[in-house]
Amino acid sequence: MQDSNEKHNAYWRANIRLVLLLLAVWFAVSFGAGILLVDWLDQFELFGFKLGFWFAQQGSIYTFVALIAVYVWRMSILDRRFGVEED
Amino acid sequence: MDVQTLTYIFVGASFALYIGIAIWSRASSTSEFYIAGRHVHPIANGMATAADWMSAASFISMAGLIAFLGRDGSVYLMGWTGGYVLLALLLAPYLRKFGKFTVPDFIGDRYYSRTARLVAVVCLIFVSFTYVAGQMRGVGIVFSRFLEVDINSGVFIGMTIVFFYAVLGGMKGITYTQVAQYCVLIFAYLVPAIFISLLMTGNPVPQLGFGAEVGDSGQSVLQKLDTVLVDLGFTEYTRGNKATVDVFFICAALMFGTAGLPHVIVRFFTVPSVRDARKSAAWALLFIAVLYTTAPAVAAFARLNLVDTVHNTRYSEIPSWFSNWEDTGLIAWQDKNNDGVVQYGAGAAFAGKPEFTDKRGEHGQRIISNVSSDVVNEIYIDRDIMVLANPEIARLPAWVIALVAAGGLAAALSTAAGLLLVISTAISHDLMKRTFMPEITDKQELLSARLAAAVAIGVAGFFGIHPPGFVAQVVAFAFGLAAASFFPAIIMGIFSKRMNREGAVTGMIVGLVFTFSYIVYFKFVNPAANSPENWWFGISPEGIGTLGMLLNLAVAVMVSRFTAPPPPVTQTMVSMIRVPKHTE
Repeated sequence: MQDSNEKHNAYWRANIRLVLLLLAVWFAVSFGAGILLVDWLDQFELFGFKLGFWFAQQGSIYTFVALIAVYVWRMSILDRRFGVEED
Repeated sequence: MDVQTLTYIFVGASFALYIGIAIWSRASSTSEFYIAGRHVHPIANGMATAADWMSAASFISMAGLIAFLGRDGSVYLMGWTGGYVLLALLLAPYLRKFGKFTVPDFIGDRYYSRTARLVAVVCLIFVSFTYVAGQMRGVGIVFSRFLEVDINSGVFIGMTIVFFYAVLGGMKGITYTQVAQYCVLIFAYLVPAIFISLLMTGNPVPQLGFGAEVGDSGQSVLQKLDTVLVDLGFTEYTRGNKATVDVFFICAALMFGTAGLPHVIVRFFTVPSVRDARKSAAWALLFIAVLYTTAPAVAAFARLNLVDTVHNTRYSEIPSWFSNWEDTGLIAWQDKNNDGVVQYGAGAAFAGKPEFTDKRGEHGQRIISNVSSDVVNEIYIDRDIMVLANPEIARLPAWVIALVAAGGLAAALSTAAGLLLVISTAISHDLMKRTFMPEITDKQELLSARLAAAVAIGVAGFFGIHPPGFVAQVVAFAFGLAAASFFPAIIMGIFSKRMNREGAVTGMIVGLVFTFSYIVYFKFVNPAANSPENWWFGISPEGIGTLGMLLNLAVAVMVSRFTAPPPPVTQTMVSMIRVPKHTE
């Protein structure tokens, strides 16, 4: 019992680390690039778009999809490493 | 064939499909009615979630809003997709592991409290009905414009269809109809977008097209739009008008609100496992992103096309879509300088909505009784028509127009059904079975769920036929309240073992009352004061849910520090939902 508690706590800490990392990226592309830094980024250009504008209306959304995909992938690895995956 | 016949065929065929699916997937137990028996494949659930989520607001209104707001419209794009990251990483897997039927179920069990459950039920019903009213308006617009039936019969037809698959099939019926509805709506959204992108820029991918060159003008769509709008007295399309702090708070309120919406959360209860809940969140956002990355392109194309076709055109030579929408009262023209030519520019042509008289002017336009403002602009355009009118503005073939009508209906009906289901579940399961009548059998509970769904459809239909004049204003409510109530309570229920009943309930009530009062004050009590000088910290009522959420969190943490920790059984439950499978 003690062992499995220890294992579950370690799993939970690894989970929190992953989620915090991904949320940092989530914040950076939307609130960062799309809102706070949008005017500064607009001086650069990407495929005919001002960069800040592109992040606000395109780039952030692509990143969100990628973030969840990475989450699914990393979590299934974590599940297996800690032996808590479903049958 | 003309547009109307084609529309009847497309809409009729899609409705027949939905009814067929409803009959095939009838629900026979409460588990099937509430959560489709947990047999839904993650990809199917992803599509159903996308259709559930993308409402008349996303399909019909959003691109129109962005077309007129320019960069300020980005909050809707980021807010309504970014919320899924929170949902996927912080809520969906754990709530699936919890393994009950509803969101109030989680709140009631986690906080071992009837009060908490009831507060959650009240919020859920309020948020969901607010949302349903908007869907029914969407159904009404599509019917009255494209099928030329009056709005009441349109709403009635819509209600009958939803009644069929929601009451018969419950979650099971709704899930598989939503899969079909996603396919219809995304096809209907992409086809005109691709057409228009090709016509304007030669690039078939709209996401790239609105950054590509228009014809041989040497300017990209966005650059040309900036130039054209500045000439007409607007600010540049790619620059914002709103204060950064307000944009920040609105975007956050939309994100946290999205993650806290019960009809979306409950979709993740329908998959077989925790891993499938994660996967289906990824699929859902991918399916949603297809529309959400196309919408800003549609917005830019539509605004540019609108200026090109309307500005400085003689009313007698204006395309037929203009006068068709004028007939429905969503476009109005006031010939201020009596030259018979339509002028478009910055500023409202007159204050408020157009008030039509029965008379027609010398050019055949509908005469309105509003007092003109002193700007050059002569036209009023309801933002909701941009997506529906877009194919006509770009002169696309009739079948594309018919397809868009079917897509708009699919978007409105799928969302309405999902909302009606959570309302009926909250009543039959949370109020009756879990609170007031615990002795009823599964059969009786299923019957009451069906009855509750039928009543909810009736109420929604009433809102569709007598739309409350404040639909647009109350949308801020739905997201603000979800952000200020559900989101913090669920998050702390999962991530803090110390959070107890006293903290969560006080937090929810404080968050709710604060957000509710702020919105009611600025939208209804004193609308004249609704301007940045009077807002707290420059936050508009649309963004106040974020502050309500922070207040909720702060109060909940404080109160829980000074009251008894949750009982051991609750702490065990929290440990249990944190891991996909418990091993001893």
